[in-house]
Amino acid sequence: MPSEPKGKYTNSALRAGDQDPYPQRLVGEFIGTVVSNRSVNDEYKHLILDVHEHALNAYAGQMFHLLCPSPDDEEVWMRRPMSVYRVDRQAGQVEFLYKVEGRGTRGIATLAPGDDFNLAGPLGVGFKLQQGWNNIVVLGRGVGLATLAPLSQLAAERGIGVTAILSARNPAVVMSKELFEGLGARTITVVDSDGSSAIENVEKIIEALIAEGKADAFFTCGSNRLLKLMQRLGKKHNIPGQVAMEQIMVCGFGACYVCMRTFEVDGQRVLRRVCRDGPVFNMQEAVGW
Amino acid sequence: MVDLSVKIGDITLQNPVTPASGAFSWEYNDVIDLNRLGGLVAKTICREPRLGNPTPRMAETEGGIIQSIGLPGKGIEYFVAHIVPEYAKFKPPLIVSVSSESIEDFAALAAELSVPDVDVIEANISCPTRNSTGGNFAMHEGYTRDCIQAMRAKTKKPLWVKLSPNAGDIVSIAKAAEDAGADCLVIANTFLSLKIRTDNFRPALGNKFGGLVSPALKPIILRMVYQVAKVVKIPIVGIGGVTKAEDVVEYMLAGASAVGVGYAGFRNPTALITIIEDLAAWCNERGIKKVAELIGAVRDQDMEKDPLVAASAGV
Repeated sequence: MPSEPKGKYTNSALRAGDQDPYPQRLVGEFIGTVVSNRSVNDEYKHLILDVHEHALNAYAGQMFHLLCPSPDDEEVWMRRPMSVYRVDRQAGQVEFLYKVEGRGTRGIATLAPGDDFNLAGPLGVGFKLQQGWNNIVVLGRGVGLATLAPLSQLAAERGIGVTAILSARNPAVVMSKELFEGLGARTITVVDSDGSSAIENVEKIIEALIAEGKADAFFTCGSNRLLKLMQRLGKKHNIPGQVAMEQIMVCGFGACYVCMRTFEVDGQRVLRRVCRDGPVFNMQEAVGW
Repeated sequence: MVDLSVKIGDITLQNPVTPASGAFSWEYNDVIDLNRLGGLVAKTICREPRLGNPTPRMAETEGGIIQSIGLPGKGIEYFVAHIVPEYAKFKPPLIVSVSSESIEDFAALAAELSVPDVDVIEANISCPTRNSTGGNFAMHEGYTRDCIQAMRAKTKKPLWVKLSPNAGDIVSIAKAAEDAGADCLVIANTFLSLKIRTDNFRPALGNKFGGLVSPALKPIILRMVYQVAKVVKIPIVGIGGVTKAEDVVEYMLAGASAVGVGYAGFRNPTALITIIEDLAAWCNERGIKKVAELIGAVRDQDMEKDPLVAASAGV
């Protein structure tokens, strides 16, 4: 009997342990297995997946394109890009920290241990640490901190000191504090509930770090307001910076030109693809959103 | 071992599975081996460098997405100098899609693209968000004929013509393209669509209208391929909703010689490879030695006409 059509048409996707027919690949389509998918607080969940070894090449700031299960009776038609939260090469696992918000992330929230989860990646250009930087300042808000968290791992491996300023609505939803601290970063929490997250206060904190010589480079994600602040201070003190950006995305490979953001380069406005030219960009060139 | 190759005029494709223009670039070599594809189809190029349309350029809808990109690119000179060489690193034939707002410029571009590493010129005369008198010539029989005649006069390269599903009578437009010298018809581009957000009452796309890309389109485009195949002698590439090997088979039975895949590659970046492998397996399981035998092999001549007899048949 002829075989029935295969339901999900993913027989070219790699599971952990599969032999790779195209080993020179930079990017894979993988079927990961859910190890855990636990709530961190009321809004955020932490997903851990067993993956094929090729997926472990992901570094800080890079993304995976996730084929999310449906949270309801409707299909989720396109993938959702998400930056990697942690890569555990020994365990063969990649991790994501996500806010349960739209249909894609609500779908991810339904995953249970043992479930298959299709992910393509790693995609894009992540964070780069330059020679000569001894101390960096990381400033993020909300789920942007999940994107910035693996920077602390990268910096720790290079012996670079990290000060992470974590901004949130209230102390209960401050993300990734333990992960930053566990890797030796100094953390400063600022929140809306006591007014400490006000731009003027964050500016004072960063100015103090600059004065201490603790700010060789800036990194940010997740807030246009904080991006503008770091751009201003970076320009004033001639401190380089990188920003991770997001945009509605389709292909993930640079082919479809959906995920465009505006940048200003030498006085000219240009469009760049978040999926392939980014998601991490030169902070001073970003126009914001 | 099944022979998956198909001929489209003088061009041989090693299998009938190609990417659809706009859903592909050489950058997919990061994830799949491009040398396994039937052809390589570059994103539509225009004469001038273009930024494209305002964002958002894509919105999800029931059954797929609508998108309006606006043909961004670095222009013809950059394309020939820098992008054609990227594709030339791979073995499958290179199909270059081209668009313009005037017939004269379409013809001039055909001449300029007639360089050794370009194997096929695909006239994208059906960009759904272009005006029907300004580049979306496939909306009209007369404009289609004039545009393809003008291009034919300027190039000896195989000339494929991408038709519009938005035209009223695609069959007569297909015939006009054939008469004007097309070597192959690509059926079809995307359906002009609109989505309005109910939260802020605004169109979901920055450009307002977009093209619908969806597996749900397959029966409609398949019908068009079938109708056109009945009246033209030149080969057809079917594009619309191909997500699996059986869809390729369906298009071939309807009369297509090859297919283009867009949506499925967005969902699964390795989809084209999966489809090629599954197509070979499908043929092997049925003892089909050459996939080309499927072209136009739909059994539509001996259909039961008596409803009483038909209804008494086993199901």
